[in-house]
Amino acid sequence: MIFPRPNLTRLRAMIIKEIWSILRDPRARLILIAPPLMQLFIFGFASTMEVNNIRVGVLDLDHGQWSREIVERLEGSPNVREVVSLASDADLRRAIDTQQVIAALRFDQRFSADVSAGRGGVIGAVYDGRRSNAAQIVSGYVERIVGEVGASVPRPGGRMLISGTGGGSVVTHWFNPNLHFLWFVMPSLIAIIAAVSSLSVVSQSVARERELGTFDQLMVSPLRTHEILIGKMVPPMLIGLANVTLFVILVPTVFGVPLTGSLPLFYFALLFYLLALTGIGMLISSVSATQQQGFLGMFAVSVPMIILSGYASPIDNMPPWLQAVTAVNPARWFVSIAEGVFLKAMPLRVILSNTWPIMLIAAATMTAASALFRSRLE
Amino acid sequence: MSLATLKSLRARRFVAMLVKETRQILRDPSTFLIAFLLPVMLLFLMGYGVNFDSSRSHIGLVVQDDSADARSLAAAYQNSRYFDVRATGAMAELAPQLVADRIRGIIVIPQNFGRDVARGGGTIQIITDGSLPNMASFIAAYAEGVRASWAMARAQDRGRAVTPPIGVSARFWFNPELASRNFLVPGSIAVVITMIGSLLTALVVAREWERGTMEALMATPIGMGEFLLTKVIPYFLLGLVSMTLCTMLAITVFGVPLRGSPLALLLIASVYLVPALGQGLLISAAFKNQFVASQVALLTTFLPTMLLSGFIFEISSMPKPLQLLTYIVPARYLIPQLQTVFIAGDDWGLFLPDMAVLLVFGFLLFLLCVRATKRRIA
Repeated sequence: MIFPRPNLTRLRAMIIKEIWSILRDPRARLILIAPPLMQLFIFGFASTMEVNNIRVGVLDLDHGQWSREIVERLEGSPNVREVVSLASDADLRRAIDTQQVIAALRFDQRFSADVSAGRGGVIGAVYDGRRSNAAQIVSGYVERIVGEVGASVPRPGGRMLISGTGGGSVVTHWFNPNLHFLWFVMPSLIAIIAAVSSLSVVSQSVARERELGTFDQLMVSPLRTHEILIGKMVPPMLIGLANVTLFVILVPTVFGVPLTGSLPLFYFALLFYLLALTGIGMLISSVSATQQQGFLGMFAVSVPMIILSGYASPIDNMPPWLQAVTAVNPARWFVSIAEGVFLKAMPLRVILSNTWPIMLIAAATMTAASALFRSRLE
Repeated sequence: MSLATLKSLRARRFVAMLVKETRQILRDPSTFLIAFLLPVMLLFLMGYGVNFDSSRSHIGLVVQDDSADARSLAAAYQNSRYFDVRATGAMAELAPQLVADRIRGIIVIPQNFGRDVARGGGTIQIITDGSLPNMASFIAAYAEGVRASWAMARAQDRGRAVTPPIGVSARFWFNPELASRNFLVPGSIAVVITMIGSLLTALVVAREWERGTMEALMATPIGMGEFLLTKVIPYFLLGLVSMTLCTMLAITVFGVPLRGSPLALLLIASVYLVPALGQGLLISAAFKNQFVASQVALLTTFLPTMLLSGFIFEISSMPKPLQLLTYIVPARYLIPQLQTVFIAGDDWGLFLPDMAVLLVFGFLLFLLCVRATKRRIA
């Protein structure tokens, strides 16, 4: 994209006018700052993949040593809020059906006798498959507790069984040793919220002028096309920059997420990310005749952008054709950069390999947007 | 005029208004976009793009031992259907790949592994990418699982079968194959109904306020309640049509079961539309500006339905203040109903209390709407 040299006085006037038109309405001003902050806090705390404070049902027909031992461990588990005692199989079915409990354990009469005799006792566990993700995590908790109790069962000969077969594994989680979900969510939220807030401002800018009829006034002003275009793009980028900077300050201080990488590199990538977002927003704005179309266009673009960014669920889990589609999503690359800079001390080379796709997207959308914009003007 | 003619006049006026509103909505291209295109897009994104069931994670393998046991365990990872071994080599080569997101875990079979196994031990090291906490715990659990079953098979080969003292026989009711799609797709239908009921309504009616056509309509002799009804009924029907379309897609394309009755589903959706439409109308009446109304609708209806309804994230795991907040999110009462009607079947004991809450919400919201609208006129 090659622009003629812009006239700096005119350009400055245009940028100031644009900033004013965004900041003029006090409610709109609030909308620029309050929602991103609210999103950061609510998303941050709401998006947890941990499963806590659960209720587990127990149908204990055994009342023996080992069933009691397991129930006590369940009650002591930090993830379990309440162990609900169930009287019958019908009770168990009802508790699961009405989602009173997410899991229920059933011990039959011979359970403890089987365990003590070394015949191997079996617990019947029922999980609510409607919430299959949470249910799987809960089943992991149950397996762990049962495994621990199982390991403490004396063998019939009086020896303790140390482990089924000997051996084991030592697990180390790099970059996030305790697997705090917040550490993952916060850096990717920076990428997501920046995208949503800059897209919603840019996608309205041209559309609003066209709906209100002030676009024609811009055209008869001495401003050149490229000056109008730059003037329209600079303020949303500044707003994005301000929002992200606020987040970069809050995330390590308030949320305690480590910042291990280089901030200059982060801002270098951010610049191109904001350019790409502005380009996409200008494209939406240029094809929209009304604000409503602008909003819907923004919505239609930002929802897939978020879902296909790796924030909602890992890119690795998507089918290969969809993984290929994510390559044109700037958020996908910037989520990687944000995670990398915050948690992984990502080196320059890797950041560059995630930045050049963003540069390409920025160049393509900017060129297309300015071509469209010109054709609208002429 | 007799009372009867007055009544029939009133009915005719109501029908005439209804027809006018319906035509207006059907003529608007954004209706088509938000009621058909966006729902289908959302359903496909949720169906294909979001997947919590990690499949074949990319890992690296470091084998530091040359024994037969080490080679056989390495082969077990190569052949595992849970893992895709992308790289083998020394730790120094694999670590940067974990930073660059190319692999998500490293399994180290250490020196002297064969010797330790022969002595009844044999510990491996599992390193995961903690920046994706969910996938990290998945990899840790499954990598240990591969090792444990390898060790079990090895013991059995040598005639030392081991029964664990306590076993768990787990069953996942309603969704034995544990497809996250089975709860994500019904959940997306909740998002779709919210989009039409609240987002579209807020957007379109706010434009009428902005343009002043609302006041013009108010000047007609129609009553306030009737007036609001004529605004709402077309969107109500549109919501049901779009819900039906999504349900058909969910069943045919994504193979999600509909175990409950279609009639129950229709009733559930209809009841939820009452507060959803109330929210949309209220937002449009409270903010005259389209930009502000669209942002507020996004923030108070769409996002809470995604995040605070139990659709993706477990409510019980959220911090207490957020848990309290979810009680005023209408979708919170819709999600369990939708998941049940799709995956489990008709359960009126679960449906009716939730429906009652939604109707109360709807009633209160419409009262607020009438007040807000009256104040605007005065």
